[in-house]
Order: sequence, then structure tokens, then C-alpha cells
Amino acid sequence: MGESTEEYLEAIYAYNERGESAKNHDLSERLGISPPSVTQMIKKLAGEGLVTYEPYKGVTLTGRGMAEAQRIVRKHRLLERFLHDTLGLGKEKVHVEACRMEHGLGEEAAAALCEALNNPKTCPDDGKPIPACTLNTEDCTHCKNIREDGRQLQLLTQLSNLRPGEVGRVAFSRGAGNASQRIMDMGLCQGTVVKVVKAAPFHGPIEVSVRGTLLAIGRGLAEKVFVEVKDKGDKPTVDERQKLAVK
Amino acid sequence: MYRYTRLEGSSDYVLKGKNLTIALAGNANVGKSVIFNQLTGLHQHVGNWPGKTVKRAEGTLSFSGYTIDVVDLPGIYSLSTYSIEERVSREYIAVQHPDVIINVVDASALDRNLFFTMQLLELEPHLIIALNQMDLAKSRGIKIDVDSLSKQLGVPVVPTTATRNEGLQEIVTEAIRIHEENMPTSKPLLFGEEIESSINEIISELSEVETPYPPRWVAIKLLEGDEEVERLVFDLRPELRKICEAIRRRIEEIHGHSTASVITSERYAQASTLAKEASTYAEPLKSLRDRLGEATDHPIYGYIIMIAIIVGMFYTIFTLGDYAAKLLSSTFEMFRLWYFSTLGTSPLQSFIWNGLIEGIIAGTSIALPYIIPFFLVLSLLEDSGYLARVAFLMDSLMHRIGLHGKGFIPMMLGFGCNVLACLGCAIMETERERLICAFVSSLVPCAARSIVIMGLVATYLGFGWAITLYALDFLLIFILGRIAFKVLPGEPMGLIMEMPSYKVPTAKVTLQRTWLRLKDFVYEAFPIIVAGNLIIDIANTIGLLNILQVAFSPVTVLWLGLPAATGIVLIFGVLRKELTLILLASIMGTTNFALILTPVQMFVFSFVVMIYIPCIATISVLWKEFGAKVATAISLTEVILAIALGGIVYRLLLLVGVH
Repeated sequence: MGESTEEYLEAIYAYNERGESAKNHDLSERLGISPPSVTQMIKKLAGEGLVTYEPYKGVTLTGRGMAEAQRIVRKHRLLERFLHDTLGLGKEKVHVEACRMEHGLGEEAAAALCEALNNPKTCPDDGKPIPACTLNTEDCTHCKNIREDGRQLQLLTQLSNLRPGEVGRVAFSRGAGNASQRIMDMGLCQGTVVKVVKAAPFHGPIEVSVRGTLLAIGRGLAEKVFVEVKDKGDKPTVDERQKLAVK
Repeated sequence: MYRYTRLEGSSDYVLKGKNLTIALAGNANVGKSVIFNQLTGLHQHVGNWPGKTVKRAEGTLSFSGYTIDVVDLPGIYSLSTYSIEERVSREYIAVQHPDVIINVVDASALDRNLFFTMQLLELEPHLIIALNQMDLAKSRGIKIDVDSLSKQLGVPVVPTTATRNEGLQEIVTEAIRIHEENMPTSKPLLFGEEIESSINEIISELSEVETPYPPRWVAIKLLEGDEEVERLVFDLRPELRKICEAIRRRIEEIHGHSTASVITSERYAQASTLAKEASTYAEPLKSLRDRLGEATDHPIYGYIIMIAIIVGMFYTIFTLGDYAAKLLSSTFEMFRLWYFSTLGTSPLQSFIWNGLIEGIIAGTSIALPYIIPFFLVLSLLEDSGYLARVAFLMDSLMHRIGLHGKGFIPMMLGFGCNVLACLGCAIMETERERLICAFVSSLVPCAARSIVIMGLVATYLGFGWAITLYALDFLLIFILGRIAFKVLPGEPMGLIMEMPSYKVPTAKVTLQRTWLRLKDFVYEAFPIIVAGNLIIDIANTIGLLNILQVAFSPVTVLWLGLPAATGIVLIFGVLRKELTLILLASIMGTTNFALILTPVQMFVFSFVVMIYIPCIATISVLWKEFGAKVATAISLTEVILAIALGGIVYRLLLLVGVH
């Protein structure tokens, strides 16, 4: 993923995170790029299945776009924390520095940075939340073992980030005790293919199709389920199609 | 060893008389209660599991010389410890050893249902599978090879369509056959090699541990890290904890997932394979059912439809109820005239009338006109699958008062009657959620309170003031809900539920359920209403009420600014809240309340009536479901709140210049 793609995704994320779509002219201003170039890039991103664009409304990240954006935003905000907390840089300087460093930071190093910083929750300059860690672990005690296992560094996002119509494959669910078991008991266990059918407004629950039935899942629980986003290009297998067949 | 005791026990049964206990187990929305109702008809009773707020439905059936006791276990998806229902079910199966368990399975969602079947098999009971909703499966293009499924699972499989009473006789016949032929118990299916060897490793350590559960099941639960089983075993053998943890770690290192996750995935994978091998799929057509599902979950139309349904529901109930109530009250009035003219108005006759008959009349005139239509409509909404949609749409709003979407359903019931609301709280998963839900539901303005608000505030002050009063109540519910959410210990639960596909409710099932609910309500609320009526009448006869009125007057007159007579009225109001208005009129000798109360007094009075205490029937249900402590705590909280806030409202109204 190129540096400029990452910059775009980050910028769009900043709007989407507040529940807004990103407008072309806002992006143009924020990134310091001319509006026609922005339009061009959005088209390219849309072609890659990372964003969707609706005229008059703006740009919204797809599930996969969200996964990519969260990965880079997470690095950015962790770096801000590091620059501020460890190196003692002023709050006003950390953003620009982090922007330069984030693109070169590897996944394993980012996880190590998170552990070294004691798993911070928000970034220093404007207090925004740092996107969740996507390693399959309940707490940080086994972080080192897990991040050294290459399998664990795959691109994941929370089920709550998928948009209606998108399909993901469950990687794991994180949640203290009962919640995680319950999610699995209801059929969202590792390897299960799940399709988001609908999302209730006002940050309400999502409706997903899994194992031939529909489930309603509150946002809180959906945020605990980490999925690998299936590309539009990946054709579902016959078996998967049957399972996704909505009632 | 556990098996021997049971075999002896059951052969003992056969000698005594031909008795059989069968339990129905399965997911929610698979038609389990339809099967239960078809089997037992009206020969059933609903109680609670000992010490639990979980409903236990039990009924009897006579079939080919047997008296068969049928227990309807709660609808659940797993046998872990997520909800009280799951704990109750697994304990029942292991400890009570029903002779046969009928696992009701939704043929149209075999994959998810067989996951539960596999867990039942792990408990090693005598299992039969009722492959239900065959009609639905057919309409979805799913064909199931019953024999192949039966062979793979190693248990009998009987296809059924419970709504049409198809296949039920075969199931019972099969259950009797299993019992008479003394068949061996069902065998669990095997996991993958690693898990199996880990299970065996743990079983070998369990030889001296006595639990009511099969050792293999205990081993599986220890691998999964089931807290309850851990407590059971580790209390006896603390050194096992280390061994289990080591085994778990080994599995986790190989798979990169928690052991519980590996086991659940293996179960699902197996269920999925079984389902696939036993069924063939055709491309399903998009039916009216799917379109209905889409419209009712829609972010915009969904809400419009929901509001229309709820408004329509209350309109129907109140129109019907109003009509029936008028009819009833004129009948009772005639009866009263006849009673006194025939028997005279001696003190004894008046006492019998006021103390006893009035109570029964009171109960009847609430129960019949409003509750019956309410139950009927509710049953229809439930059977059709619509209530799940309501929970889905309201989840976000309900989270603001610390509950998830399902909590809206009992609260909605609360507008009809708080008794129903408190009973309805059983749909929440944990004791904590149930309690929060019951607490806020007891503050929802029920039909009786609405009568007071409408009759007093809306009539004399205008509709705007009535709306203000409702708004105040909702604000209070919101604040108290948040406080309860913060104060009560325990982990809050998020919403996760199946969205059942729409079904056309059948008249028989709907009527049967309405009848059973009504019976339940009558049993629970009637004795209390009658007894309460009696006590208050005795208190009145011996002059205790006048003393109380004087004792209360500092609160009623000085703090709340109400006439002294409201003291007695409020005491009677504990029986039935709409009684406050009737009584006020009879004490003051007029039904024109404008002559006896100032606008401020009307507002304050209605406010106090709205929240001051749950009515006696609601208190009794709270008592039954949550114990005396909770019932008292909720009642006291509400009394204190009503008095404190009532006085503040009174002063505020004076301050803003309302007189």
C-alpha cells in the first residue's frame, strides 16, 4: 500500500470516525491536493474496493478500507504517544512527526511499541481513541509471543466496521469471559463466514447473516469480533453461498 | 457410575406404574413450545425453577398406558454459563435425568441447531431429535435425508411439523420404545485428535472426583474453562487446576486460539459437515417473508412500521378494554344493588361486600377487559417473530438506560400492566439485567396510572400537562436506569439474538398461550388483590385509616400541598392505582375535581400516584421473582422518590406561577 493511499485513508478515517462522510473539498484542503487530483484518487480507491463514493454525500471507507485505515491510524497515534510521552516532544509537534514515521513502521514493531507504551488508549494531541489491537489475545501478557507469530499479523477489523452487504471471515473474538463464549456459541466462531445485512441507525445493532440464520448483534459485542474482510473479487464458495443464503 | 443409579431408578419407575419423564430441549424459535403445547394441551402449569427467575413449564400427557411428564426446557443455544437458562438446563439434564430428551431442531437452520445437539450428546442422555419446521425447510429449498442424519448422529430422528401436529405421535412412540427396550444412552461425537487426547488426559485425573455429570463432559468443560465446573472440581482437587492450565496452554500454542474457541469451532465444523451431508439445497425463492423481514428492519420504514404497530396495538386494547370495562362495571353495579337489596345493609353484609367481593370484582375488572386483549395481541406479535425486530430497532435507545434491545419488550408491556412487565423481564439473560429491567418497568405508567393522568390532568389541565407528566416519568426512568446500571454489580450484557423468520401464528397456539398467561396472572395477582382489599377494609372498619391519615398529614398537606383526604386515597391506591381517582371522588362527594383540587394539586397528586409505589400485584410479582429484599427495596425507593420529588414539583409549579 503506497504512502499516498495511506494518507488518503487516514484523512477519510478522520471524518468517518466522527460518523461523517468525507467531502472532496475537505479532503483537498486537509491533504493540500487539488480537487481534481482528489477526485481522481477517490476513483482509484473506489476501484480497489477501499472506499465508496456517493455524490453530494462524500466518501466512506469500506470494511477493507477501514481495516487498512485503522492499521495506519493506529501506528500514527501510537507514534504520537511515543514522541510525546517517551521523547517529551510538545503536543503541537507530534502530529507532523508521526505522519512522517508511520509509513515505515512494521506490524511487529507497532505491536512492540504498543506494549512498551503500556497499551495506551488515546492519542496525546486531541485525545482521539487509538484503534484496537488486532492480535488474538485478551491482554498484553503474551503480546511478545503472539506478535512474533507471523500468522497473527494479518489485516483484521472489527465486525462492527463492515458495511451492509460486506462479507468477512471471523478470526477471533475478544471479550472478558462470557461475552466471547456467547459470541462463539451463537455461531460466530473462528473461520465462520459472516455477511452484514443491515445496520440499525443511531449507532444501533447490526444484523448479520451467518450459518443460514439472521442474528442481531449490538455494537458493543460486534466490536469484540475481529474479521478478515473478504474482497469483492473473492468469489464465495458454493458452501459459503449456501450458508449466507438469507432467510 | 452415575449411569447405574439412573438405570435402577428408571426400572423402579416401570414397576410402580407406567411413568415417563421427557424433556424438550432446543434453540429459541424452533417451535419447541408449540410442540409442548400440542403434547400437553391445557394440562400444564408454569412455575419457576427453584430459586431462579427462570420459567419452568411442565405438563402431562397420557399415551398408550403411560403417564408422561413433559418438561419444556428454556430455549437456548449452548450449554455454557452465559445465561441462567443454560445453567438450569444442563443441571436439570445431568441431575434429574429425564428418561428421554427430545431435542427440537429447526430443519431450516440445521447447522446452528446441530451445534446444540452435539452439546446435548456430550451429556450422554437418551436423545431423540424432532426435526421440526419441515414445512419451512421445504419452502427454502432444503431437503433433508432423515435416515442419514440419524445414522451419523447415532440417535433416532423424527421429522415433524408441530403447527400441524405432524410427527408428534411418532416422537412419543419412539420415546416409549427407547424406554421400554432399555436402550443404551446416546454417545457423544468425537473431536479432533488433539482435543480428544487432552480430554482423555483429564478424564484419567478425574477418577476420584464425584460430580453429577459424565466425566467426559466435565473434562470438556474444564478445557473450555467453564467457571462453574472449575469450581466444582477444583474445590475437591485443587492440584488439577495446574494440570488443566498446562493442557490448555499446549492447545493454545498449537492452534493460536483459546481452547474454548478451538472446541467451539470444532463443534460447529462438525455440525456443519453433518448438516451438509444430510441435506441438499435448491436455490430458494425470495418470498413475502423475506420482504417483510427487510421492511421491518429497515432504518426508516422499520421505525414507522413499529410505531404504527405499537400505536395500533394500544388503540385496539384500550378500545376493546374500555368497552368491556363499561359492560362489566354496569353488570357489577346491578349485582351490587341486588346484593344489598336482597341481603340488607347490615355491617356484616357491607363488610363481606367491601372486604371480599369488591376485591374479586376489582381483580376481574382489571384482568378481563385490558389484560385479555393485551395478552392476545402480545401473543400474536411474539408468535409472528415481530418482537425480535422491536428489540433490534430499540437496542440503541435502550443502551442509554443500561439495557439492551430486548429490555424494550417488558417495558412496552408495562404500559399495559406492570405485573406483565415484571414477568416479561425473564427474557433478559442475566439476573442483573432482569433486575434493572424490572425496576425501570415498575415505573412505566401502566393502564391504571394512565386512567388517573387522563382523568385528572388531561381533562382539567389539558393534554400538554399530561404529556409533561409522561415526559417527567420517562426522564426519571432514564436517570434511575442509569443509576441502577452503575450501582448493580456484574458484567453488562450486549445484545446478541437470532432474528426469527416471520411465521403466521396459528389460532390454537395463540389462544392457548393467552389462556395460560391469563391463568398465571389470575393465580399470581388475584389472591393478593383480594387479601389487600380485605386488610385495608378491616383497617378502615377499626378506624386505623383515620389515624394514619392524621399521621400522614405532615407529608401530604405540608410537604405535598394536597388535601388531607389524599392520605387515605394513596393507601388504597396501593391496591389499584386507578382506585385513587374513584375514591377521591367518593370521599369528596363529587366527580368534578375542579371544585376540590387546584391545578397544582391535580398535577402533584397525579405525579405522586404515578411513581409512589408499585401496586400490590406488582410488588407480589417482584417478591416472587426477586425475593422480599428486592421487592421492599424497590417499593421503598419509589415511595421516597415520589414524596421527595412530589414536594419539589409542587414548589416549582408555585414558583413558576401556576396555581
